[in-house]
Amino acid sequence: MTPISPDSADSPPEGLYSLPPDAGGLAELLKLSGRGDEAAFAQLYDATSARAYGLAVRVVRDPSQAEEVAQEAFLEVWRTAGRFDPRKGSADSWILTLVHRKAVDRVRSAEASTRRDTTYHQGSQAVEHDSTAEAAHASMEARRVRQALHSLTEVQRQALELAYFKGYTHTEVASMLDLPVGTAKTRIRDGLIRLRDTMGVGQ
Amino acid sequence: MNESLHALSGAYVVDALDDIERAMFEKHLPGCLDCQREVASLREATALMADDAAVTPPESLRDSVLAGIKSIRPLAPEAAGPPSPGEEVAGKPEDGSMDHVVVPLRRRGFHLGRLVAAAAAVAAIVGGAVYQPWQGEQNPPSATLGPADQVIAASDAQHYSINFKDGSSASVVRSPSEGKAVLLTRDMAPPPSGKAFELWLRTKDGVMKPAGMMKSGGDHKLLLQGDAVTATGVGITIEPESGSTTPSSAPIAMFELGKADA
Repeated sequence: MTPISPDSADSPPEGLYSLPPDAGGLAELLKLSGRGDEAAFAQLYDATSARAYGLAVRVVRDPSQAEEVAQEAFLEVWRTAGRFDPRKGSADSWILTLVHRKAVDRVRSAEASTRRDTTYHQGSQAVEHDSTAEAAHASMEARRVRQALHSLTEVQRQALELAYFKGYTHTEVASMLDLPVGTAKTRIRDGLIRLRDTMGVGQ
Repeated sequence: MNESLHALSGAYVVDALDDIERAMFEKHLPGCLDCQREVASLREATALMADDAAVTPPESLRDSVLAGIKSIRPLAPEAAGPPSPGEEVAGKPEDGSMDHVVVPLRRRGFHLGRLVAAAAAVAAIVGGAVYQPWQGEQNPPSATLGPADQVIAASDAQHYSINFKDGSSASVVRSPSEGKAVLLTRDMAPPPSGKAFELWLRTKDGVMKPAGMMKSGGDHKLLLQGDAVTATGVGITIEPESGSTTPSSAPIAMFELGKADA
């Protein structure tokens, strides 16, 4: 695809990270959205909503709550799009970071009443294979990511998935995986670094 | 200290830090170009994981989002773009105070490049209550922000947390070396109409001394007034908005200092 080129002044400098090939297009849509371009925002929504909604479903589980989380996140994307700086990261990760933060806030708010009862056994099964995976877009990229995730050590992958897809803190992850307190954060970081290097992003 | 903070980058990126750790890491981030680079690159990796989670959303989501934006006015871009991330130091702050390096970015937007080290300008701060992955608007700069962050980041900081049934939480961070304590709240319900939260430091004689007011719910970071070193507890009560000199009701929360969480 041919990305819409941003103005040269906005081109990312070398060094901080590298962008996926189509990132310029989404970044441009985000920029236009920041100026109030609703059509551009609709395109941006169409390009990112499956990942955003799917991520929200993974974290909060309840589809109607996931829809609320995704809605709040997209409205926030619209409101703050003008503040997006393409030099600091891709549009995808900016949007998904926002969705994830909202989803995690949602489950942590609710955790006193519901999550405390969730045993690791249940959590573990959900990590292995969500029923939502059936409906997942089986894109080439998703398959590559799945392969890359399976190249991590078992503990790295479990720690990363419990944190990212289930919204647990690293301290909770440590107790769920019987790791010494303080080591889960290291496993999460090591896992992400390996995923990053395997996928060749962000360097 | 910095070494252990650096190790939090991965957990930070996947939102797996608790509030205190997040505040500490975000305090550290503006001054650490290595961490900024790592956070940026790990965010790209993290975003890939969402590929595997993709699910076609219901059409109702699209409808509500596209209807919703019609009533929301996008924020204008920042007045001045931050300096290129490659520049380590774009200029020196006009005074020597670290607080002034970090805090007043928003007020001095136009002079940003001249005033502030590039490392600070590239800050990827996520504010407590506002969700902007790269450029969080932290709470407006205030007289207490700098000292509060110093307490949180102090090497001898002690943490005490309380989780409430409604999912909200509050923490007290005390630093003997700073002589101060900070109250952090998350998702607090607002006080009843006409009332405010009042904060108290309990002396070793059991006397409650006023330590500050909190007029709203939500997320707060408040430096408590008074001597936190000898205090044996921190309490929160509901009081008239004008505040009370002694608590008029039982505390809704009481932190017993001395038994730190971590």
